[in-house]
Amino acid sequence: MAVTDIEIAGVEKRYGEHVALARVSLTIPAGQFVALVGASGSGKTTLLKTLNRLITPDAGAIRIGGEDIGAGPPHRLRRKIGYVFQEVGLFPHLTVGENIAVTPRLLDWPPARITARVEALLALVALPVAMASRAPSELSGGQRQRVGVARALAAEPGILLMDEPFGALDPLTRDALGTDVRALHDRLGLTTVMVTHDMAEAVLLADRIVVLRDGAVVADGAPEDLARSVADPGVRDLLDAPRRQALRLAARLGGGQ
Amino acid sequence: MSEAFALLPDYLAWHVLLSASALTLGIAISLPLAVAASRHPRLRWPLLAGAGLIQTIPSLALLALFFPLLLLLSRLTESLTGHGFSALGFLPSLLALTLYAVLPVLRTATTGLMGVDPAVREAADGVGMTPRQKLWRVELPLALPVIMAGVRTAAVWTIGAATLSTPVGQTSLGNYIFAGLQTENWIFVLFGCAASATLAICADQLLGLMEAGAARRDRRRVIAGGAGLLIGVAIALLPLVSFGKPAGYTVGAKNFSEQYILAELVAGRLERGGAHVVRKEDLGSAVAYRALAAGEIDVYVDYSGTVWTSILGRTDNPGREAVVDALTKELRARDGVVVLGSLGFENAYAFAMRRERAAELGVTSLADLARLAPRLKLGSDIEFLSRPEWKGVDAAYGFSFKREIRYQPTFMYRALASGDVDVISAFSSDGRIAADDLVVLTDPKGALPPYDAVVLVSGKRAGDRKLMAALEPLIGKVSVEAMRAANYSVDRDGDKATPAEAARALEAALN
Repeated sequence: MAVTDIEIAGVEKRYGEHVALARVSLTIPAGQFVALVGASGSGKTTLLKTLNRLITPDAGAIRIGGEDIGAGPPHRLRRKIGYVFQEVGLFPHLTVGENIAVTPRLLDWPPARITARVEALLALVALPVAMASRAPSELSGGQRQRVGVARALAAEPGILLMDEPFGALDPLTRDALGTDVRALHDRLGLTTVMVTHDMAEAVLLADRIVVLRDGAVVADGAPEDLARSVADPGVRDLLDAPRRQALRLAARLGGGQ
Repeated sequence: MSEAFALLPDYLAWHVLLSASALTLGIAISLPLAVAASRHPRLRWPLLAGAGLIQTIPSLALLALFFPLLLLLSRLTESLTGHGFSALGFLPSLLALTLYAVLPVLRTATTGLMGVDPAVREAADGVGMTPRQKLWRVELPLALPVIMAGVRTAAVWTIGAATLSTPVGQTSLGNYIFAGLQTENWIFVLFGCAASATLAICADQLLGLMEAGAARRDRRRVIAGGAGLLIGVAIALLPLVSFGKPAGYTVGAKNFSEQYILAELVAGRLERGGAHVVRKEDLGSAVAYRALAAGEIDVYVDYSGTVWTSILGRTDNPGREAVVDALTKELRARDGVVVLGSLGFENAYAFAMRRERAAELGVTSLADLARLAPRLKLGSDIEFLSRPEWKGVDAAYGFSFKREIRYQPTFMYRALASGDVDVISAFSSDGRIAADDLVVLTDPKGALPPYDAVVLVSGKRAGDRKLMAALEPLIGKVSVEAMRAANYSVDRDGDKATPAEAARALEAALN
């Protein structure tokens, strides 16, 4: 697998007057699980989408493994990067198996390899192999997003990008899928960037949390370091939210002696 | 009825070939346009409005407009490359029907493509599809059910409108309708309508099967519908393959009974000589001559006065023989067209009235008619009042009728009989003049030119001895009485003969 260090250098994006990204610089070493956290409009999704050129920055450069991603045609870059969408975005006219096989087919893998890969991926995301022939519309929300993750990983990418992947799921499914994705990250040695507005999810899954506000990075570090060192009241508030919520929950449920 | 069935394989084959080609071409044109329209909002309005505008042109006019346009193009390519192409028949019909098929497909395909979920579009980009792959693998399959609805509409329109290709010289199921209308053969008209409607329903149902298959992502239905269509088209086209004998003669005819009979007379003689003959009937008056001059038809019968005024633009009247002699020289020099000779009868424009009405008003000549014109209504055929002959006779006598009403020839006689009009522009060889007891008004000023029926042969057949030998025996042999009898056998209300039967009876009477 190629070296997958991600280097973001002075990336800027504007929509008219609105600044979506203000000279963001960030280096993500290979193998790290990074959570981009922030309120709506903080620029976290915009930043994620610049990484596979779904959005083109106005200024700055992004290098993956030392190579500028703006060099070749965008589809070639995207085939090497797994992407999990917020709205899942499974192709409704294709079966589950065909959805997973989409990128390997674009890469002209031999059919036998594709079939084996689809079966392996269904097992990897804990879905029965028989599901390959079902239509996406027959699946539950959690099953659909598992297929979304399998599709993103199909062509054996080194990098996995996820845009609020668990946002629409019920809490139990969300918890289970989050844990599974983290396990996959470790097992496959991925470099993962996940956008979320849920600090608890970020703390539970990520090695490193990057907090954005108004298109700029306002905090960056491992969860435990951030918890110790951050002074910015807004970020502090955000970081403390899960703990406060846990305490309130414990109090109301009568635990925590 | 059995005669209608005998003609069906040929008519149906051409009708299917024409509508299937037009539909295929229409889809091929409108899909790229729909892709462009769905991506660029600035293109959307002009494209959809343009296609909508074409749809508002009456189909018959659209078909008619392509003939002069193609003729011009054909002359241009001929002067550039030395090879022209046929401006008559298949090509103008195909182009007009293709334009007709574009709108419904363009409209629904644009809607369908714009209706694809943006999240699915983004996913297509995200998994690494190129814009082309996104279109073919995601957008078009998802828009397919909506597009198919437009294809169904286009198919039904095209099959219906294809019946109108008969007047520009393309054989279709419209031949039943146009010929039936002229000869008052209502069985033919109904047969043509029923055949065309059945075809449209079959195509619609098979396309509907494909549409349902596309909507339910059921490949078997899509394949079944598609296979049904392909097999249907293939079977319908079989007669063209077996009839596709080496090039023969093309005999033209204008759009009235006498022309059908004379075309059958000519075709019959050529066929008995072993030649393969194609008939192009229901041609407009000017279309027929131009098609002959361009070599698209080989032979047809026209009338000396018509060519004299319409083609040569003459307004003088030097007399019957002088006109035919002058035509022989001038057409040869102008277009290489051979005037083989006069058949022996005249089919002149003649003003006719019911005998008792003429007696009551005391009208015997055009001069009398002109005096009473302000109180009288004139019925004419569709083209007479636009023709130079009318301008000539009007200039000579100074008519100002109370009303002038245009009819299909068949209905013109009806209108005279029922008293809706007082006088009509009849044809002197028409059997109905004798049968309906009409009087033909005299022309004391000689304003109407002579109308000898003359056999015209295209320049490219000028050296064809076999053709000349087959047709020369007809010259001077057809009397006006024989022609009237033949015409009447086709036009009368009961016990109608077909033009082919009338032609056989006419030929038998010659010998």
